[in-house]
Amino acid sequence: MKGWRNIGLAALLGIAIWQIVVWATGLPHFILPSPMRVATAMWKSRVIIAEHSLVTLSEVLIGIAIGAFLGMATAIQLAISPSARAVVRPILVFSQAVPVFALAPILTLWLGYGLWSKVAMAVLIIYFPVTSAFFDGLMRTPQGFLDQARIMGASSVSTMLRIRIPAALPSLGSGLRLAAVYAPIGAVIGEWVGASQGLGYLMLLANGRAKIDLMFAALIVLAIMAVILHTIVDRLASKMDQDA
Amino acid sequence: MTSAPGVTLSGKADIGARSLFSGLRLDVAPGDWTCLLGASGVGKSTVLRLIAGLETGAVFSGGIAASDGVAIENRIAYMAQSDLLFPWATALDNVTLGARLRGEKPDEDRAMALINRVGLSDHAQKKPSALSGGERQRIALARTLMEDRPLILLDEPFSALDARTRAEMQELAAELLAGRTVLLVTHDPAEAARMGHRIYVMTSAGLEEADTPPAPPIRDFDDPETLQAQGRLHRRLLGRA
Repeated sequence: MKGWRNIGLAALLGIAIWQIVVWATGLPHFILPSPMRVATAMWKSRVIIAEHSLVTLSEVLIGIAIGAFLGMATAIQLAISPSARAVVRPILVFSQAVPVFALAPILTLWLGYGLWSKVAMAVLIIYFPVTSAFFDGLMRTPQGFLDQARIMGASSVSTMLRIRIPAALPSLGSGLRLAAVYAPIGAVIGEWVGASQGLGYLMLLANGRAKIDLMFAALIVLAIMAVILHTIVDRLASKMDQDA
Repeated sequence: MTSAPGVTLSGKADIGARSLFSGLRLDVAPGDWTCLLGASGVGKSTVLRLIAGLETGAVFSGGIAASDGVAIENRIAYMAQSDLLFPWATALDNVTLGARLRGEKPDEDRAMALINRVGLSDHAQKKPSALSGGERQRIALARTLMEDRPLILLDEPFSALDARTRAEMQELAAELLAGRTVLLVTHDPAEAARMGHRIYVMTSAGLEEADTPPAPPIRDFDDPETLQAQGRLHRRLLGRA
């Protein structure tokens, strides 16, 4: 409960600073709207914002699910097979040299303006951190555990399932924490490049129509969404730390 | 359990261009405790890991054989200095680990009986993090007994424990592992003098068998002859015999 009280206080402080900046600089409301204006816009446009939030949230959650699944599968495959490591790892590293954002127009071209180009963006952006963190964990199983497994006559499959994967869960947890931060970035970039729905799209739309208060409202909802997502994943990852 | 065979290791081991040991011959007597005493880095753990069939980082040439001529593999249980309990599993699940790793159905009644024998029946459902160092090593001993193997390899399993817990663990292990062939690798002369039916001292000069005190193990830690033997072992370790 104390944590929530602190978050509440931090939010109040942020809003106070914001209001002071508005008063002190005297910026016009089409550059920096006051907290009250934004709150009003948020309330007036609550239905629209909710609809677009739902779209972005779906993109992010589907993206995390697919990205985490692919990342985990790749990490296990790499950990099992030295030849896969030799071939795939350079590709993975090289792929990271390409800025994922630069792929957004191509993904939109291939997958269209709908949900899937944003999901693909989120998947691409989280795939590498999840793969890399989980793979590192799988390769760092304490030698004593592996010795014990070997003496006990464990097959490599059961060593993987019962020892290496459980021992690597804290590392997977760090990868998923990063994924929770990156996935909304991927989805919003995707929406900026080409979309007809989503909070990123709503921000561009509001900007184009000089509805700066609505733009800020969408941004705040996006930030709250990202913080909640991060908190949930963080709790989950902490549970994984405790179990391992 | 089948009757416990002896094990003989003879040969040499090199790490890169450096010779770890050469012309070494270790006889682990059937059904007895054999102590391999030596300072850190002298290669005693390598000897144990070679018998266990584990990676050592050394190139070994020579022979390792059981006295009954049957392969050693799958007849070994192993305890290390670290308890090697899985932090995510309960004490009970750690004790039944071997069966689950082999895809067999674990015999939980037997596991509980063994946990009871090491005096931890109230702790069976706890995770290792909720146990003390001594309790964790007891669970590791129960896991070793659960495997029910004739050959037991102990790599300094008591060295991280405090003096009292160590003495208790030595007594418990001597009682519960009686009749099996045990190789105990240790750097502690007191432990070797207490536990060994046979005691080998390993130094950079090679392996020598030391005299054991006349009383059968496990010996009292304040038995005068055991204390004298401990002193002689200490001298040997220091090269002042």
